[in-house]
Amino acid sequence: MSVGSTTGKRRHPGLNLHESDAHPSDGEVMFGFWVFMMSDAVLFALLFAVYASLGVNTAGGPGPHDVFELGPAAMETLLLLLSSFTFGIASLAMKYRRGMALLQGMLALTLLLGLGFLGLEVHDFATLQGKGALPQVSAFLSAFYALVPTHFLHVSLGCVWIVVMMVQLRMSGLDRTTRTRLLRLGLFWHFLDIVWVMIFSFVFLRGML
Amino acid sequence: MDGDGGFRRELRDYVVGLVLALGLSGAAFALVAWDPWPARTTLGVVAALAVLQLVAHFRCFLHIDLKQSHRDDLQLILFTAVIIGLMVAGSLWIIFNQNQRMM
Repeated sequence: MSVGSTTGKRRHPGLNLHESDAHPSDGEVMFGFWVFMMSDAVLFALLFAVYASLGVNTAGGPGPHDVFELGPAAMETLLLLLSSFTFGIASLAMKYRRGMALLQGMLALTLLLGLGFLGLEVHDFATLQGKGALPQVSAFLSAFYALVPTHFLHVSLGCVWIVVMMVQLRMSGLDRTTRTRLLRLGLFWHFLDIVWVMIFSFVFLRGML
Repeated sequence: MDGDGGFRRELRDYVVGLVLALGLSGAAFALVAWDPWPARTTLGVVAALAVLQLVAHFRCFLHIDLKQSHRDDLQLILFTAVIIGLMVAGSLWIIFNQNQRMM
């Protein structure tokens, strides 16, 4: 938000073709966040590539069939998909001004679903440890622990972000800053859903076949 | 009221998105659970379902479509898709080729 604090100065490094306002427009802010998300997508894609190329090397340790379970993965998928929907309702409550109660309620519901997802994943990781499937056992498990906990970390940060936004909404209401922040949080949250779709398809389901 | 109609229409978008998402992932999980086909066929169908769900999420939750106002976002996404395709396909090609030569 503080890019180019005085009018007329260069807003960013490189060639500046025209003078503009002190603050980037909402559209520019959102596009910038899209750029960040797409770079994040490249990061995940490469972790998938690592997993795909190392996933067959179990080094005599447990393989995908021994460590993955269909039930918990399906449950986690359900929670995350529902949380995307409830966040969608929150965005609509903001856009059409359906009152702070609905917005806060939907954010709280999204947070609960997200925390439920995290809880199930923690339980999954604990089960893996119980089966002796630790990251150092094989290339397959190293690649698995590089990919899935990265998504786990993203969802955790998303949950922190939701809490921060709920507090900010309480303190300063819906102004321009909180609105665009909520919009970006929405992009982030829906994006994590897409990454999870790739994870359950190409890690869990492929591993169970 | 115009705002009311807009709210309903956009809410329908999200409901459609949720139904598609649940249906497509449910189908993928059910296929693997019941396992009616050989593994290769199932894997192909699961991959196709994942791509369909990707498109559904982009369309219904992230509101990316072919309208002029969303062209920047769409171009960015397509460019990223090209980069991802190059890097992932290239890595897999090289690694599996190496793997074969090491046998």
